[in-house]
Amino acid sequence: MSETKEIIISSDKIHTDQYLVNMGPQHPSTHGVLRLLVRLEGEIVHHIQPHVGYIHSGIEKMCESLSYPQVIHLTDRMDYLSAHMNNEAVCLCVENALQVEVPDRVKYVRTIMDELTRLASHQLWWCVMGMDLGALTTFFYGLRDREHILDIFEETCGARMTLNYSVPGGVMFDIHPNFQKRVKAFITEFRKKLPEYDQLLTGNVIFQERTNDIGYLSLEDAIAWGVTGPSGRGSGFSCDVRKHNPYSAYPLVQFEEKLDTRGDSFARYRLRIEEMHESLHIIEQLIDNIPEGDYAVKMKGVVKLPEGEFYQRVESARGEFGVYIVSDGKKNPYRVKFRSPGFSNLFALNKMAAGHKIADLVAIMSTLDLVIPDIDR
Amino acid sequence: MNALFQYISTVFKGVGTLLTGMKITGKYVFTPWNNVTQQYPENRDTLKMFDRFRGEVIMPHNENNEHLCTGCGICELNCPNGSIEIISKMELTEEGKKKRAIDQHIYHLGMCTFCNLCIKACPTGAIVMGQNFEHAVWDRTKLTKVLNQPGSKIAQGVKE
Repeated sequence: MSETKEIIISSDKIHTDQYLVNMGPQHPSTHGVLRLLVRLEGEIVHHIQPHVGYIHSGIEKMCESLSYPQVIHLTDRMDYLSAHMNNEAVCLCVENALQVEVPDRVKYVRTIMDELTRLASHQLWWCVMGMDLGALTTFFYGLRDREHILDIFEETCGARMTLNYSVPGGVMFDIHPNFQKRVKAFITEFRKKLPEYDQLLTGNVIFQERTNDIGYLSLEDAIAWGVTGPSGRGSGFSCDVRKHNPYSAYPLVQFEEKLDTRGDSFARYRLRIEEMHESLHIIEQLIDNIPEGDYAVKMKGVVKLPEGEFYQRVESARGEFGVYIVSDGKKNPYRVKFRSPGFSNLFALNKMAAGHKIADLVAIMSTLDLVIPDIDR
Repeated sequence: MNALFQYISTVFKGVGTLLTGMKITGKYVFTPWNNVTQQYPENRDTLKMFDRFRGEVIMPHNENNEHLCTGCGICELNCPNGSIEIISKMELTEEGKKKRAIDQHIYHLGMCTFCNLCIKACPTGAIVMGQNFEHAVWDRTKLTKVLNQPGSKIAQGVKE
């Protein structure tokens, strides 16, 4: 009895110790094997230390023993949701090094594929974002619409996610005769479905309460931590590689780089939804004007890069994806480094989530759209 | 008073947004023809994959048990992860010359990443991608396949 009294007396100057909690590596909302060492005081997050490397697969090292066309198929496995952008980055890097000019048809097809991949990725992100906040309905609706894009991929490329569609000098196959018809049908279908996304989740009162003014990231921090993609643009960081360093058919199309200066979870969410509208707009401009011609230029049987260092960056669904190849003139690269957007975005998590509740940490992490193989590669 | 009114209106607005979402789900409950679910495996007979679908590497044979493979080994060179092993042999042609021919075209399905590089590289079009995707087996050794059928030989007129 006396012990209870003692506690009550000391509670007016309450002091609790901070404690460490491992979130993951087997936590459903970490979307893979990501371990976050979270320092908590009660329910308040004080500091987050991400620990990566649980599914490190050594892709950069493996690339050193493969020829350039073979490197491409490994980049599918890193950020599997933006597989085609990764493929394209390596192809553009090799083509720039060899100073090969690809036909216009290839540029158009690659850009359409880029935007379809971005749409598929954002659809999956949207359904998982809803699921992390407890809205299971979004999960099924997002996957339902994504299936149409995966069908288009399967018909033209032969695979649904690990496309391996770009090759140095062009694309692997010509587009399927049904391609244009299917893409147009998808656009009309998805234009009707996209407002449903807003009605289901964006306007929802629970969702609004859990994302507005949560997880603020300032412009300075976004630049300092190298946060790119929709996550960086949510803080007002103009970092769209498609605008600033256009490649393929992006110089030919009209589109807007959406920016938001609020920097909270909802800004990052809203930008991805708006990017889906922009992607549809880009595809609409290109799909009817695919020029006739070859789908690939004839490359030598063994692709050898000249000695030197080559860098190419593209805008993947998560941000800026870079390929850095050091060549010593042989058929294998001497060293390959991939700049993956997920890695940089993850380490800004501490800046966003510190001071919030642990339940908000899950919401903030979803707005970053993490893909763990992209971080660990 | 104003604060109370604001509070109540927030509650009603909140319920309103929930109902907006429920309207969408309700729409799909009562229009089941919008469903896209496929009843796999019940629909196995009607399920048709796309022509370019990359299921597994196969070597088509014609009715005389002949294939187009010359045993040149270009697919083995192009494979990024060693899924293909070519064992070739020397055969005597009718004119009495020695000629390379395929003995065993070994394909490790368990290692294959379905990247299509071997099929793209094949000079005679001897291997293609099959449509079968049901690869589950009880024993790992069953994933190693010999693509050329026993007793098969190269078709007439195929040159490297």
